[in-house]
Amino acid sequence: MDVVNSIKPLLAIMVSLVAACLILLTGDRSKNLRESWTILASVAKFIIVASMIPSVLKGNVLEYTIISLAPGLSLQFRVDAFGLLFGILASTLWIATSFYSIGYMRGLNEHAQTRYFFCFAIALSATMGIAFSANLLTLFVFYEILTMATYPLVAHKETPEAIKGGRKYLTYTLTAGVVILLCMAIIYRLTGTLDFKPGGFMAGNASADMLRFLFVALVMSFGVKAAIMPLHEWLPTAMVAPTPVSALLHAVAVVKAGVFGVLRVILYVFGPTFLHDTGLWIQLAYFVSFTIIVSCFFALAQDNIKRRLAFSTINNLSIVILGAALLSADAIKGGMLHIAFHGFMKITLFFVAGAIYVKTHKENVSELDGLGRQMPLTMGSFAVGAMGVAGIPPTCGFISKWYLCLGSLEAHEIVFLFVFLASALLDAAFFFPIVYRAFFKKPKEDVNPSFNEAPLFMVIPLMATAVTSLVLGIFPNAFVHFIEIATLAVKNILGG
Amino acid sequence: MISDQFPALIIVFPLVTAFFINIVGWWWKKPCFYMSVLALTVSFISSIGILNTVLIQGTIHYKLGGWDPPWGIEYVVDHLNAFILVIVSFVGLIVGIYSKRSVEQDFPQKIPQFYSVYTLLVMGLLGMTITGDAFNLYVLLEITSLASYALIAMGEDGAPLASFNYVIMGTIGACFYLLGVGYLYIVTGSLNMADLSELLPKLYHSKAVLVAFAFFLIGIGIKMAFFPLHVWLPDAYTHAPSSVSAFVAGTMTKVGAYVLIRVLFTIFRPYFSIELIPATTVLGWTAVAAMMYGCILAIAQRDLKRMLCYILIAEVGYIVLGISMANRMGLTGAILHIMNDALMMACLFSVAGAIMYKIGNRDITNFRDQQLNKKMPFTMAAFTITALSVIGIPPTCGFFSKWYLVIGAIDAQQWVFAVALILSSLLSAVVFFKVIEKIYFKPREPVNPHNGETHEDVVMDEAPMSMLIPIYIMVGGILILGILSGKIISTVIQFAIPASF
Amino acid sequence: MIEYIIAKYNYWIYIVLMMIGFYAMIGKTNLVKKLLGMNIFQWAIILFYVSTGSKKGGATIPIVMGAHGHYDPAQAVQFLNPLPHCLMLTAIVVGVSTTGVALALVIMIYRRYHTLEEDEILEILETSRK
Repeated sequence: MDVVNSIKPLLAIMVSLVAACLILLTGDRSKNLRESWTILASVAKFIIVASMIPSVLKGNVLEYTIISLAPGLSLQFRVDAFGLLFGILASTLWIATSFYSIGYMRGLNEHAQTRYFFCFAIALSATMGIAFSANLLTLFVFYEILTMATYPLVAHKETPEAIKGGRKYLTYTLTAGVVILLCMAIIYRLTGTLDFKPGGFMAGNASADMLRFLFVALVMSFGVKAAIMPLHEWLPTAMVAPTPVSALLHAVAVVKAGVFGVLRVILYVFGPTFLHDTGLWIQLAYFVSFTIIVSCFFALAQDNIKRRLAFSTINNLSIVILGAALLSADAIKGGMLHIAFHGFMKITLFFVAGAIYVKTHKENVSELDGLGRQMPLTMGSFAVGAMGVAGIPPTCGFISKWYLCLGSLEAHEIVFLFVFLASALLDAAFFFPIVYRAFFKKPKEDVNPSFNEAPLFMVIPLMATAVTSLVLGIFPNAFVHFIEIATLAVKNILGG
Repeated sequence: MISDQFPALIIVFPLVTAFFINIVGWWWKKPCFYMSVLALTVSFISSIGILNTVLIQGTIHYKLGGWDPPWGIEYVVDHLNAFILVIVSFVGLIVGIYSKRSVEQDFPQKIPQFYSVYTLLVMGLLGMTITGDAFNLYVLLEITSLASYALIAMGEDGAPLASFNYVIMGTIGACFYLLGVGYLYIVTGSLNMADLSELLPKLYHSKAVLVAFAFFLIGIGIKMAFFPLHVWLPDAYTHAPSSVSAFVAGTMTKVGAYVLIRVLFTIFRPYFSIELIPATTVLGWTAVAAMMYGCILAIAQRDLKRMLCYILIAEVGYIVLGISMANRMGLTGAILHIMNDALMMACLFSVAGAIMYKIGNRDITNFRDQQLNKKMPFTMAAFTITALSVIGIPPTCGFFSKWYLVIGAIDAQQWVFAVALILSSLLSAVVFFKVIEKIYFKPREPVNPHNGETHEDVVMDEAPMSMLIPIYIMVGGILILGILSGKIISTVIQFAIPASF
Repeated sequence: MIEYIIAKYNYWIYIVLMMIGFYAMIGKTNLVKKLLGMNIFQWAIILFYVSTGSKKGGATIPIVMGAHGHYDPAQAVQFLNPLPHCLMLTAIVVGVSTTGVALALVIMIYRRYHTLEEDEILEILETSRK
C-alpha cells in the first residue's frame, strides 16, 4: 500500500467552497447563474472524486496535509477505500440533488434561495472533508462545519416549528460534538496520535475501563448524527426542512456522516480485535438491534410521509452499524455497501415525497389514494426505492442485505440474521401500503386522474436515482466500482 | 539603530502624541484622529520589531536612562511580553481606525479629548506589558485606569455613574496592588521583578510575603474582572462608547491576566504558587464559577452589549483556568486564548457598536423587526463567525485554544475542569444562537414561506467602510490564526512558558 | 502581645484608616462621601509606605546641607530611606489625579441628575430606561 501525495482531496473540498462564495456574490440578481454555479461545482466535484478511484483501487492512499498543529496532531486528508466510498456517494448524489433543488425551490417559489444554495455548497464541502479525513481532529473540524452549515437549512422555512426543529438539531449535535472533543483530547493524551489506522490503534493504551468509556462515549456521540435510539429524536423533527434538504442531508450526507464516524471509530480507532476481546461487539450489536426493530414500529405509526421515511432511515443506519459491529468480513462489507446503496434508494423516496408535495401539496400517506394514475413515473420510482429498502432483488438493496445476512452467519450469531429479516419484513409492511394506495386504490375527489407529473427538473433526478438503484442491483460494480472499493476497505481493516 | 530603541519608542511616541493631540485640538479637530492613528501605527510597528528581536535574540533588557537594575527601571521583554505587546497594539490600532465614525456621531465636540485619552490608554496598557519593575507597573496601571475612567464616562445615559463605581472599585484594586508591592519592598528592598524573584525564595515562609501575595491576587483580580470581583464590569462596559468598549474589552482584562501570570510565575516562582500555597487550585475553582456565572447570566440579557460583557467575564474565567492548571498545555491554552479572546471580544463589541451606530439601539428582541440580516448582512456575518469562535467551533481560533485548555485539564487530572469547559461551550452556544436566531430566523408576520424571493423595500444600509474594514480584518484574523495556531505555539508561546512546566 | 501591637503601631494605624475609608466607599450612598472614603483609603496606604522608611535612633530627613559634589556613604545611616518617599510622591500624584477625575464625574452626575445620592440616581436611571 503506497502513500501518494496528492492535492485532489483538497481540491474536492475547495470546489464547493469556491462555488459557495460565487453563489453568495451572485445572490438574487441572476438566478440562473447562481444555479449553474451549483451544478458546475457538483459535476466538478464528482469528476475530481472519480479521478481518485483508479489510484485507490490499486491499493494506494492519497494524502495531503494542510497544516501540522503539534506532533501527532495535524489537519490532514487521507483518501482510503472507505473514505472514497463515502465521497463518491456524496458527490454523485449532489448532482442529482442540485437539479432536484432547482425544481423544488422554483416550483414552490421559496424564499431565501441564495442562503439555501450557499449553505448546501458548504455542507457538501464539509461532507467531503469528513470523508477524506486522516484523523479524528480533521473529522471533528469538518463535522462541526457540517452542523453549522446544515442548521440554516433545517430552519429554512422560518416558521415556529422550523425554528424549534433547528434548535433541537443544534442541541443534539453540539452536545455530541463537545463530548467528541473531550474524548479526542483524552485519546490524544493517552496515545499521542489521532490518526485513523485500519484495525485500530487504541488497544493496550489505557485501562480497560477507560477504553470502554471512550468507546461508548464516542459511539454514542457520533451516534447522535447516526440517529441511534434513544438519541434519534432530532431526525423526525428535522423533517420540517425543505425536502431536498431532507433528501440529501438527512438521508445521505449528515446521517451518513454520523454512521461514517461510528464506523471509523469501530474499525479504525478501536479495531475489530479490541471489540472482539472485550465483548463490546455483541453489546453494541444488541443495542442497535433494538433501534432497528423499534424504529420500524414507529414508522408504521406515522402518517406524514417524510416522518415515515425518517424512521426508515433510522432503521437503515442502525443496520449499517450492526453490520460493522458483527466484525466479520462480509458483514462489514455489507454495512459499507449499505451506506452507498441505501443512499441511492432513500434519496429516491425523499425525492418522491417532495415531488408529491410540490405538485399536490399533500404530505400524508392517507391522502395518496390513486396518485399513481396522475404521477406514474414518480410513484413507480417510489415503488423501486421501496423494494430496494426492503431488500428485494433486483435492486441494490438486496445485495447489501445479502452480504449482511452472510456476515451474521459468518459471525455465528443467528439472532442478527433474524433481525435483518424481520426488519425487511417490517419495511415491506410500512412501504407497500403507500404503493398500494397510489396504484390500486380509487382516487379521491381532488385527485386528477389524468397524467400530470411534477416538474421535469424533479422527475428526472428521481427517476435517475431509481434507475441507478436497479442498475447497481444487477451490476453492482458498475461505474464507480462500489463492491471493489468496499472489499478493499474490509481487506485493509481485517488485515488481508 | 532605531530598532534598539523600540522598547522606549513604543511608550514615548504615543505619550508625546497624546499631549500634542490635545494642543492641536484647540484649533483644528480634523488632525486629531490621524495623529492618534499615526502614534498607534508606530507602536504597532515597534511591537512587531520587538517581537522579531526577541525571537532572534531572546529576552531584551532595556534600561531606562541607562541606570542599571535593580536601582533603575528596566523594561524586560521576553516571549510572553512581546506576544502580548503585538496583540494590544494591534487591537488598539484597529479599534482606533474603527472609532472614527462612531466618535463623530456620539460626541463631535470632544474629538480631541477622546483621541488624546485613547492614545494614553493604549500607551498605558503597552507600558504595563513591557515593564520589568513592579512599582512602574502600578504607575502605568493607574494611567490606564484613569484614562479608562474618563473614556467610559463619555458614554451614554448611565455612563457617569458606572464610571464612578468603576473609579471606586478600580482604586481599591490598584491600592491593593500597591500594598502588595509595598510589603515586598519592606522585606526585600527591591522593586525589580527579576530581582524579586531571586530574593524571595528565601523568604517564602514569612507572613509578609504571604500577605503581599494575597494583596496582589485580589488587586489584579479586581482589575481583571475575575469573578467575584467583576461587579464593575457589566455597567461600565455597557454604557461606555462603542469604540471604548471594543478596545478595553479586548485588552484590559487580557493585560490583567498577563500581570497575573507575571506575579504567579515570575515574581513568585511556580513552586510557591502551586505547591506551597494552593493558589492555583483556588484560582481554578473560582475560574470554573466565573465561566458558569458568565455564560448563565449572559442568557438572561436583552441588551447585546451587556450580554457580551457577561461573556467577557466567562472568557476571563477560561484564561485563569488555563493559568491555574499549571501545566504546559494549560498555560499554552491560556496564552493562546489571550490572543484569540482579544480579537473575538474586540470584534463582537465592534459589531455591537456598528449596530448602535446604524440603528441607535441594541435590544436583541428588536433585531428581526429591524431586518438586520438584510440591512447589514456583512456585519451580521462577522457577528456569526465570531460567535462560532466563542462557542469553539472549528476552524475558528476559539476552537484551538479550547482544545489546548481541555488537554491541559486532562493532563492535570481535573475532570471537573474539562467538563466545565465543555458545559460552558454549550451554554455560550445557547447564548449566541439565541441572537443568531433572532437575526436570521425569527418568524415574521405573516408567516409565509412561499412568498418567493421578493426584493422588497429593504435596502442594504451597511455600516460605513471605516467600521467594516477593521471588523473584517479581525474576522480574518479569527479564521486564519486558528489554523496557524500550531505555528504560533511553536515559535512564540512555547518559549513563554516557565521552563519548569 | 502588647509589645507586638506597640512595635507595629504604624501597621495598625494604616489598617484602621484603610478600613474607615473602605467602609465609607461601600457603606455610604452619597457619592462625595464615597469619594472621601477612597481618598482616606489611598492616603492610609501612602502613610504606611512613608512610615516604613523611618528608622529608630533619631534618623532625619534625607537632605544633606552643603554636600553638593562630595558625598560620604557612611553618613547614610543617619538618614531615612528616601525611596519610599519618592514612590509615594508618585502615588500622591496618582491619588490627586484620581480624585480630580472622580470629582469631574461627580460634577457631571450632579448636572445631569441634580442629586448625589446613589440610590436616587439609580431610580432615575430605571425610570428613564422604561
